[in-house]
Amino acid sequence: MPTHDVLVIGAGLAGQRAALAAAEEGVSVGIISKVHPVRSHSNAAQGGINAALNPDDTWESHAFDTVKGSDYLGDQDAIEVMAREAPEEILEMEHLGVTFHRNEEGRLGTRAFGGASAARTYYVADITGQAIMHVLYEQLMKYSEQVARYEEWFCTSLAMDEAGECCGVVTRNIADGSMELFQAKAVILACGGNGQVWKPTTNALICTGDGIAMAYRVGAKLMDMEMIQYHPTTLAGKGFLITEGARGEGAHLLNKNGERFMEKYAPNKMELASRDVVSRAEQTEINEGRGFPDGTVALDITVVPKKRVHEALREIVLVGRDFAGVDITREPIHIKPGNHYTMGGVKTDVEGRTDIPGLYAAGETACVSVHGGNRLGANSLLDTLIFGRHSGVDAAKRAKRIEGSKPSKKVLEEEEAMIADINSREKGSGRRVSEIKLELGQTMDKYVAVFRDEAGIQQALETVRRLKEEAQSAYIDDHGAVFNQDLVAAIELGYMIDNAECTCIAALERKESRGAQYRTDFPERNDEEWLKHIDLERTDDGPELSYSEVTITQWQPEARTY
Amino acid sequence: MAEYTIKVRRFQPESGEGPYWEEFGVDLEPSLSVLDALLQAKDRDDGSLAVRCSCRAAICGSCGMKINGQSTLGCKTQIGEAQEQADKMLSATGATADVAESPIRGVGEGIMGTESGPDIETAPLEVDGAAPIVIEPMGNMPVVKDLVTDMESTHWKKIRRVTPWLLPHGAPPEREYVVEPESMIDITQSMACIQCGACVSSCLSMEADPEFIGPAALAKAYRFVGDPRDAETVERLTDLAHDPHGIYDCTHCFSCVDACPKGVAPMDQIMRLRRKAGEEGIHDPNSGHDHEIAFVKIIEKKGTLDESLLLQESFAPGVIGKLKPTKRAIREMLGSLPTAFRGIKTGKMRSLPKLIPGVHHKLPGGAQDEVKAIYEHAEAHNEEFNLYIKGEEGDLVDEPDVEKGAERSTSPENPEAK
Repeated sequence: MPTHDVLVIGAGLAGQRAALAAAEEGVSVGIISKVHPVRSHSNAAQGGINAALNPDDTWESHAFDTVKGSDYLGDQDAIEVMAREAPEEILEMEHLGVTFHRNEEGRLGTRAFGGASAARTYYVADITGQAIMHVLYEQLMKYSEQVARYEEWFCTSLAMDEAGECCGVVTRNIADGSMELFQAKAVILACGGNGQVWKPTTNALICTGDGIAMAYRVGAKLMDMEMIQYHPTTLAGKGFLITEGARGEGAHLLNKNGERFMEKYAPNKMELASRDVVSRAEQTEINEGRGFPDGTVALDITVVPKKRVHEALREIVLVGRDFAGVDITREPIHIKPGNHYTMGGVKTDVEGRTDIPGLYAAGETACVSVHGGNRLGANSLLDTLIFGRHSGVDAAKRAKRIEGSKPSKKVLEEEEAMIADINSREKGSGRRVSEIKLELGQTMDKYVAVFRDEAGIQQALETVRRLKEEAQSAYIDDHGAVFNQDLVAAIELGYMIDNAECTCIAALERKESRGAQYRTDFPERNDEEWLKHIDLERTDDGPELSYSEVTITQWQPEARTY
Repeated sequence: MAEYTIKVRRFQPESGEGPYWEEFGVDLEPSLSVLDALLQAKDRDDGSLAVRCSCRAAICGSCGMKINGQSTLGCKTQIGEAQEQADKMLSATGATADVAESPIRGVGEGIMGTESGPDIETAPLEVDGAAPIVIEPMGNMPVVKDLVTDMESTHWKKIRRVTPWLLPHGAPPEREYVVEPESMIDITQSMACIQCGACVSSCLSMEADPEFIGPAALAKAYRFVGDPRDAETVERLTDLAHDPHGIYDCTHCFSCVDACPKGVAPMDQIMRLRRKAGEEGIHDPNSGHDHEIAFVKIIEKKGTLDESLLLQESFAPGVIGKLKPTKRAIREMLGSLPTAFRGIKTGKMRSLPKLIPGVHHKLPGGAQDEVKAIYEHAEAHNEEFNLYIKGEEGDLVDEPDVEKGAERSTSPENPEAK
């Protein structure tokens, strides 16, 4: 049985950062990823990473912007940790080799970003996530003796010991189909978000909520699952992301009449208001007939100097050209709000600990909660690094402290039986996995999106529950061992349905409008009743609801205008 | 919506059969990608069709493949364009890309289709109607299943070969390293690499020498050599220059520049490595640097390549036209004789007299002056540009007549890339 002190599941920014931090503590580390680490979705983070590193800036200002951005649902103790430690973390990444943009003096230079009161976003052109992640992978290659990499291994379940502590995982080596039970003293889930539950989404095909679902299934609490970010600038159809950096560089949003409509919704911050605010403004313009016939508004980047576009928004030039047939330096590009980010996730404290001993979560999988009702642009990379590192350090400490227990072979047998069951379903006996996935995505995008109401969410929940039934008999074509992606997709579908169910339940429950949750039937924020987190715990009859307090340190809720 | 036929080179390792072609009918918008087409076939017809993919937006680097023979990303190639290309190939050559296929290697096996399996049958040419869009796994890599290749043994191993992490000396500064802003923008071009392997798949040098470190790993090496924070520039360059499969193993064929979906232009990075090695005065055993200089100088002087001078000039530079070889040059020249004779035998060198100094033919008319003018122009514009600094060719000029230049994504002006 492969054994490591600390096992990290997922090798995006949070996972790789956690693995390196744990290794630095001197414990043995394994990192497991269903794709090669550099394929992870952190790549897609284009715009940058926030830190109050400039001497004129303060971490308190960064923290306050984050609190306000979260619509006061973020836990302020966690936000303080993130904002305070951000400068040090940026410098650490710079020292490891990230090629951050420099100003004329050769020092780190910044760009403006949404919801921020100072230009505090550090960046590498518009490939910031990719640049940081490839540098972290360089470090994983450098420290290959301390960190064992399991590339293209897929986790199907967490393993628990008799005391209810997490002690390993069950995995399938995608290359040859062999099943393996791993033992560990601590497991860190860093599997990213659940964007694939929606269609379209900016998220990669691998973002199927695996970590959230695996934690939920062993009894860990989920939190803020109703908070799903719709990014203001995605391409219609496929949902590709156009970085907020474009607006940071000065691009305008226009409706079909050529009006810069953000004047009406956020007269001060204009295009750089919080994402939930901008997405709602766009959707309102579209719904009220001031959008283009394809259900979009326009993003005009031609107002940004061309040289600057090439230097700072290179990727967007390529995305526009290759995926929309538009030269963004010459004409506006049509965009709309699209599913982008999971603010909620596995409930953790600032050390990444879930309520299950030995089980940690970090990055988009986790809900610390630093993003609350709405995440600010360029705070997600920061979240992955800060809390990835915290989880890695704390998991290593736990590993040094405890004896550890051997996971029972029973869990491996159960997973093998689950796979045998999927393989046994005959072609045509039920629906295709791909069909169910499509219906799930379209349903969620229709009813649990920018604007929501009770009837719609209820409709979505009923559909999700039907799909859950249908997934039990869904069949696959590939029954082989080598690189069986069909089987992986069937298991991922189960993860996605669990995520969807939890989001629907929480969205139904929160009878107010806050951050990304805008209920047309409850259009106001209601601090008296709803300044609290919604927690969910698995039971045989579905998720059980409870509430937890929002931690407030120094910023009392006030009206939120931009 | 439009209907397309994609023809996929498949290999199911557990079937005991060799590779085979399979056609799938798909219908989708012409602006959607070849990857979308593959996923439609996978979702609707055959879930066992294996293809790595994730982001669908050319940032994760998973879906490297050959489309109509060209190495690229499936997600970045529009199906409508792929169809036009297939039609063009058929009308120009009377064949689609599946005819001229190269053998595929299976993991841990010999060359499949030649040694360990039967030749795969080529479908009869489509005479009427559109040509199928031909999709194959990447080249220069063993195939695991269908379009999935083993990148570990051919790509990642070589990435690790170039010590792919920053090696600064001493403790880091209290704050950031202060460096020239342009230096960061310069290496951002190689940081833009997504490790998709398209360049490796297309590399002709690697086809001839599987040990060649290759375009992706050398582009990665430039990311450190060009990084002012790295303190081992000379060690890195020496290592890469001395390795017989290193920077001088590239033959300037531009395949990687064409294949790269991110404008990294790996060959340009290799040329930068060579130039820096030359600047550092690194003399490699193969005289790669002197050979390059000799090449340039001879053409400058003679207008075309006078092969009789190339060897001596490579090993004893500065004596153009005057045969004054050093001992080492004589040794190397003797060692090169078999290659020269092979060249003559196979017709690569047209005649023996070409090897005799002084009989090189003169260029007609003013051609010699034109060549010199090109040199002068290049030297007057000897500035380092890459996509992040300059943009694509013509991008910063607003005249509509330069728009053509913007069509090619990977054409950074680089005076070294002659």
